[in-house]
Amino acid sequence: MPVSRSNGTATTPGGGAAAPTSAPKRRKLRFRGDLVLAILVLMPSIVAVAIFIYFFIAYTFYVSVVRWPTLLPDYTFVGLENWKRMFQDMRFQIDLRNLVLYAAGFMTQCIVIGFLLASLLDAKIKSEALFRTIFIFPFAVSGIVTGVVWRWLMFPSSGLNQLFEMVGLGFLKSKWYTDPTWGILAVTIAAAWQFSGYIMALYLAGLRGISHELKEAAAIDGANTWNLYRYIIIPLLTPVTFTAVVLTGMGSIRVFDIPAVLGTGAAFSTDALAFHMFQLTFQSNKMSSGAVIASLMIILAAFLIGPYLASLHLEETQ
Amino acid sequence: MKQLNRRQFLKMGALVAGGAALASCAPAATPAPAAPAAPAEQKPAEPAKPAAGAQKLEIFSWWTSGGEIEALNGLFEVYKKRYPGVEIVNAAIAGGTSSGGDMKAVLQTRMMGGDPPESFQVHLGGELLGSYVAAGQMEDLEFLYKEEGWDKVFPKTLIEIASADGKPYSVPVNIHRSNMMWYSKKLLDSVGAQPPKNWDEWFVLAEKLKAKGQPTLAIAESGAGFTAHVFETMMIPVLGPDKFTGLFNGKTSWEDKGIADALEILKRALDYANPDFLNVSWGDVNDLLVNGKVGMIIQGDWTPGVLWSKKFEDFGWAPAPGNDGIYQMLSDSFGLPKKVKNREAAINWLRVCGSKEGQDAFNPAKGSIPARIDADITKYGPYHKWAMEAWKKDKLVPSIVHGAAAKLSFMTDFMNAINVFATKKDVAATHAALVKAAKDAGLQK
Repeated sequence: MPVSRSNGTATTPGGGAAAPTSAPKRRKLRFRGDLVLAILVLMPSIVAVAIFIYFFIAYTFYVSVVRWPTLLPDYTFVGLENWKRMFQDMRFQIDLRNLVLYAAGFMTQCIVIGFLLASLLDAKIKSEALFRTIFIFPFAVSGIVTGVVWRWLMFPSSGLNQLFEMVGLGFLKSKWYTDPTWGILAVTIAAAWQFSGYIMALYLAGLRGISHELKEAAAIDGANTWNLYRYIIIPLLTPVTFTAVVLTGMGSIRVFDIPAVLGTGAAFSTDALAFHMFQLTFQSNKMSSGAVIASLMIILAAFLIGPYLASLHLEETQ
Repeated sequence: MKQLNRRQFLKMGALVAGGAALASCAPAATPAPAAPAAPAEQKPAEPAKPAAGAQKLEIFSWWTSGGEIEALNGLFEVYKKRYPGVEIVNAAIAGGTSSGGDMKAVLQTRMMGGDPPESFQVHLGGELLGSYVAAGQMEDLEFLYKEEGWDKVFPKTLIEIASADGKPYSVPVNIHRSNMMWYSKKLLDSVGAQPPKNWDEWFVLAEKLKAKGQPTLAIAESGAGFTAHVFETMMIPVLGPDKFTGLFNGKTSWEDKGIADALEILKRALDYANPDFLNVSWGDVNDLLVNGKVGMIIQGDWTPGVLWSKKFEDFGWAPAPGNDGIYQMLSDSFGLPKKVKNREAAINWLRVCGSKEGQDAFNPAKGSIPARIDADITKYGPYHKWAMEAWKKDKLVPSIVHGAAAKLSFMTDFMNAINVFATKKDVAATHAALVKAAKDAGLQK
């Protein structure tokens, strides 16, 4: 949709901090003083980022191709042996399946619920600020707390199940996160409860950025509400959706806290990559195996963030 | 921002960054403005430091709850009496995902950073040998065992479990027994049964209880660990104590058919477990027995303390089926890291841990028995008296799930394999997973 571009810069919160947009054509020798200052100012953070982020990413990749299965560092090069073994590992395979299910459940719920809430709030309702606060509040709760609360809520013999029983909706009872096959989807409910409010805030900002003339023009052309959303609002919000997909996608890859609280479940049905990595590295001292999972998580994240950065760059150059 | 010109903005930035750099150069957490005053503040502290340092004994443990604190303090009291003038720093850290998880994480940083505490709690055997001993960070304690005559008061098998290359690396302060069965007297009486002596008798009992709609075996497998503990007590009778111990020194192959047979027993037994076992966590397992939901728990001898504290008295105990005469043990112990600040204080600490006085001060409160066979039996309750007798004459085997038999990574793999088995019940796949784990851990070629 070509329309989406016109609104692009206004509706990419979170991405705005990247790359200054000063015109490069005036840069000549007389700015030497500036350049020195600029380098001086940036140096501390460049050094810190270089060491604490990029060096350790590289180091993690390196550890993943050596044989280091104990506390003692062992840098014998073994190539992709660790990677091959990891992909044959049953728990790891379950983790990948869980990642797909988790990402699907989490992203869908966050984006659908976030968008619905934002649309409702945008409809000029009374005490909008109150509702906005209520919806975004879970985001202020830590993942550990969310995990604990939802563990109680979804515990099969109490919580929601008991509530359903009491009001005569016994057929809604479910094994929730203890289901050995679909338990991971119950985990996404807890995660989405926490994160939907934030996605709502993104969409709300996007909706506020859509000018009234556009909506009025659509109304004059005879568009009903459905058509207004289908052909005007949703396409205009594409950049927001893109941001939401990237944020929730990243959240799915790195999720740790909620599975850590809920437990890995029966046969790892609620296990997550990050938690598996933590156990390998810090509880089994299998440094290389842990590094394989860490590296894979970086690669997955790069696949997600790459297109996002590219699109930001594209918007700026246009 | 566009109102500021670039030069001004950069200069401001340089000032801020410079300030931050200055602040970070200032000595430890002293804010920049106070920097000139800092040296003056530090001076009085410095002369006091070495003096206090020479007298310090820092002890890491994960003992932070009621009876455990009391037990640890008992040891501290004995130490203070014998070696006055030493300041004991109790660095106990609670919590974590496995026993002592958080403490182990902090300890690891300290050990790898070359700043070990004087001593730390660790499960005797594989857990220590496979980690810090293999990394060359512990002193062997052969000299201390000789000096204190411990080779005469600790059972020989126990010293073997504590040793690598024939040298012991830690001093056991207590002994727990893991292959125990705690049964509801009421439920067993209801079908007129005696506590089963082997797994065949157990299945007869379980069938009788099942006919009344009563599950027999408590299982809690919302996370890995509990079922693995129960499974060990099935491996022991199938393999026998010698072959079982051989699994960890390369004498018995993990491909042994006995492992598959034990898995078959577990598979059958799970049919008689509380049906919601995938939702129950290890910590809640005692309530199953208290509330009459199961006929028995197969669990270590920290259980009776919990049951008594819940005012539940109507239970009996016996070794797990087929485990009579075989004492599956785990032990909390203390070792001596290399490069400790106060080696003398640390060695004295180990002397207290291994002493009769120390063990009799520690164990009654902890609910465990002393590792020494010459302990004062009058200080202990009925179960523990029974256990102390067994400790003297039974054959000893180490526990996998409690860190005595093999290193941590194997323990984790073992628990995870059995956790998957509890859901999928695939004997062949689980046996293969166990063989793979054994190879990974270097238990077999």
